[in-house]
Amino acid sequence: MTDWIEVAKLEDIPRQGARVARTAVGDIALFRTLDDQVFALRDQCPHKGGPLSQGIVSGHKVACPLHDWKIALDTGIAQAPDEGCAARYPVRLENGVVRLSLSPDEGCPNG
Amino acid sequence: MARMKLVLVGNGMAGIRTLEELLKSAPDMYDITVFGDEPHPNYNRIMLSPVLAGEQTVEQIVLNGRDWYAGHGIALHTGKRVVKIDRGNRFVEADDGTRASYDRLLLATGSKPFILPVPGADLDGVVGFRDIADVDHMIRASAQYKHAVVIGGGLLGLEAANGLKQRGMEVSVVHIGDWLLERQLDEPAARLLQQNLEAKGLKFLLRKQTRELVRGESGRVCAVQFKDGETAPADLVVMAVGIRPNTALAESAGLQCQRGIVVNDTMQTFDPRIYAVGECVNHRGIAYGLVAPLFEQAKVCANHLAEHGVGIYRGSMTSTKLKVTGIDLFSAGNFMGGEGTEEIVFQDPGRGAYKKLVLQDNKLAGACLYGDTLDGAWYFELMRDGTDVSDFRDKLLFGRHHIGDSGAGGGLGDEKTRLLAMPDSAEICGCNGVCKGDIVKSIRDKKLFTLDEVRAHTKASASCGSCTGLVETLLAATVGGDYSTAPSKKPLCGCTEHTHDEIRAAIAEQGLKTMADTMQALGWQTPDGCNKCRPALNYYLLCAWPGEYRDDAQSRFINERAHGNIQKDGSFSVVPRMFGGLCTPAELRAIADVADKFQVPEMKVTGGQRIDLFGVKKEDLPAMWQDLSAAGFVSGHAYGKAMRTVKTCVGAKWCRFGTQDSTGLGVKLEELTWGSWMPHKFKLAVSGCPRNCAEATIKDFGVVCVDSGYELHIGGNGGIKVRVTDLLCRVATEEEVLEYCAAFTQLYREEAHYLERTAPWVERVGLAHVKARVVEDEASRKALAERFRLSQEPAQVDPWKERTEGALTREFTPIQVSA
Repeated sequence: MTDWIEVAKLEDIPRQGARVARTAVGDIALFRTLDDQVFALRDQCPHKGGPLSQGIVSGHKVACPLHDWKIALDTGIAQAPDEGCAARYPVRLENGVVRLSLSPDEGCPNG
Repeated sequence: MARMKLVLVGNGMAGIRTLEELLKSAPDMYDITVFGDEPHPNYNRIMLSPVLAGEQTVEQIVLNGRDWYAGHGIALHTGKRVVKIDRGNRFVEADDGTRASYDRLLLATGSKPFILPVPGADLDGVVGFRDIADVDHMIRASAQYKHAVVIGGGLLGLEAANGLKQRGMEVSVVHIGDWLLERQLDEPAARLLQQNLEAKGLKFLLRKQTRELVRGESGRVCAVQFKDGETAPADLVVMAVGIRPNTALAESAGLQCQRGIVVNDTMQTFDPRIYAVGECVNHRGIAYGLVAPLFEQAKVCANHLAEHGVGIYRGSMTSTKLKVTGIDLFSAGNFMGGEGTEEIVFQDPGRGAYKKLVLQDNKLAGACLYGDTLDGAWYFELMRDGTDVSDFRDKLLFGRHHIGDSGAGGGLGDEKTRLLAMPDSAEICGCNGVCKGDIVKSIRDKKLFTLDEVRAHTKASASCGSCTGLVETLLAATVGGDYSTAPSKKPLCGCTEHTHDEIRAAIAEQGLKTMADTMQALGWQTPDGCNKCRPALNYYLLCAWPGEYRDDAQSRFINERAHGNIQKDGSFSVVPRMFGGLCTPAELRAIADVADKFQVPEMKVTGGQRIDLFGVKKEDLPAMWQDLSAAGFVSGHAYGKAMRTVKTCVGAKWCRFGTQDSTGLGVKLEELTWGSWMPHKFKLAVSGCPRNCAEATIKDFGVVCVDSGYELHIGGNGGIKVRVTDLLCRVATEEEVLEYCAAFTQLYREEAHYLERTAPWVERVGLAHVKARVVEDEASRKALAERFRLSQEPAQVDPWKERTEGALTREFTPIQVSA
């Protein structure tokens, strides 16, 4: 059973941008894409821990501001040839309200 | 919706590259069927020469194995020759009766060797040099027989001759011309080549015309007879006198052919459902036989097959290299010269080196290099970009690293590196720590063809780009010459086909005022661009419509969004502006107070004469700016593609050598230019005398004061590759310094590509161009300066003050989640 926490309204997150959610399990980046979808990833690039929330968002990916790794927002996986992934957190958007779960999806070592 | 059917006839490099491009942008649009008359999957035809020479195996040159076809759901028919196209009922039929219907048909039937129409041309032992079967034939013959004759002294003929020699045959090359490779080399270079090949044991018969191939007792060819009556023994004859586009199938279907299947600029034939690419094509009267142009065609064709409809193929400039181990030659463009051209020649027959450059209208029109081809890629780039070379013409012949070109291999020092002789452990890319061996291995193993692919897979040259020339040279050497560095234009990024210049022109001419409009008008291939094009477009729009365009924060790199420099731990550094490097005790106290209050872990005096506060948390930034702003500071823009600092020496006010008030002038220049967004960072300096303590001659705009006035210097760079400035002119008054500075800055802002420093920009457009616009034409200078003034009105707003007044507060405030 997932515990959903209401963290923000959609309009609190800039389109093609991100906000940082400061949580008990660490910083989580909340992304909002051009098409108003919302994604949540651990705010640490699998490369050198750069804050993904500070990167440029285009399409459904973000470019890490430190060394330009491209991370897919829907999977957290780095674009080839780079290898690694940022843990993905379940996130839901309903009626303009963003809800987050603090239990990361399984499968990524950077959890 | 049912998928459309695409049939590809021809399983070679051009056709498959088109499919690869198509699958990238429209993976689900078509059900694809491929016919190839060879029994093999797609392989790298260019590498047949190394296979013949025994340096590579057939397995090594396969580009896409059968699993690739299966993985993409492509039906592959190998060993089947398509013999009929029924355009009315839209299907093709192969020689075994296999049929496939199509909605779109792509012809990539390639070319076939031209066989001289002489008696005996059909004898056993006479072969072309085109495919794996030909190579197998030659390898078998080399094991059984002794004498080989290669007819044709072009690239292909020489590579065949070299391969057969390596396999132990006695090889003679017959050539009708006065010298070898007359389409690639001039006579002196060809003589050097001939000597070199003769030393390897090849024989040459020049100015010989073949009359007949003589039949031996076994029925196999046994000799070649020439028109002058002489003969040469031959158990194997390789015809390498040229290729002919393979148009029989297209002709039989009634498609317009004329030394190739005639296509328009979208690679479409006269039947709109049928496209054609590769060596079988005649585009604007030219049939290309090298791989780079074919790949460009593939890209355009795929774009139209995917129904994006924006690609245009305008023809290609080509360069060639010979793939014979140990022989380096390179040629491109008009290397023979002629009326209206000038030649620069270097000759050292003892060392086996020859270089000839052909200039026309101060631009490089052609190059022919023998023995030392390390700079071939650079010369090609100069030709392709149409760079004005008049400023470094005296050093042109000695290569890229002899001029202050910012693209040279800075990390490797200025030794004329024998790149190919370097050990595999030699570091090529200093930014990403990539060694020569890694790059070569990736190119081989992953079948990389373009610079972008090498960047993606190895990261070499993907950061600062200073090793680009070396990587291109490695790529050329590894792939074998005809790799595709040759797109006739470089798009801004993968989202568009358009170049920087085309995009800027469209913004101005079509009055495009938002990013969305620009992307739509220019047919962007992604919904919202990428982190390469969005910052560039944001700048171009800002520059074109000052005061009108609304800056897009989400298209700026974090440094420019947060007005600080992001550090490796995610914290920021803050640099208040100190005009001309001057400060007061009160200002220093204010900085010290801020540092105390926000517990700044480290402070440092920067090279730009101001103070950097390190380790600031992002959420502390607005409050810190508020304090700095209250003390009279504005942002130093130490983080941006923007005007950074004006470095000054103390000047006439205190210095016993000073000729003018350099500090005061520096302050005025900084007041003029601060806040200006630029294509890249932009630094100024003012030195009070020619001792030049402010290092003005490595700045983007430098002033050196002299007794009679001011020397203005431009285009310097102290970074990866140090470049000393060019002298723009001398002026007498401070007012003139300010006007020239504004005009030069604006010219750079309007003309340079995003992320192009002044140094490479000046080299690209030429000092003469800058002088013409800023020095010689007063009206032009005044207009530029006025435009700069207008664009500064909305720009000189302190971003720190804006932020502390509430702009974008949410950018800096984390969401607290307590659960």
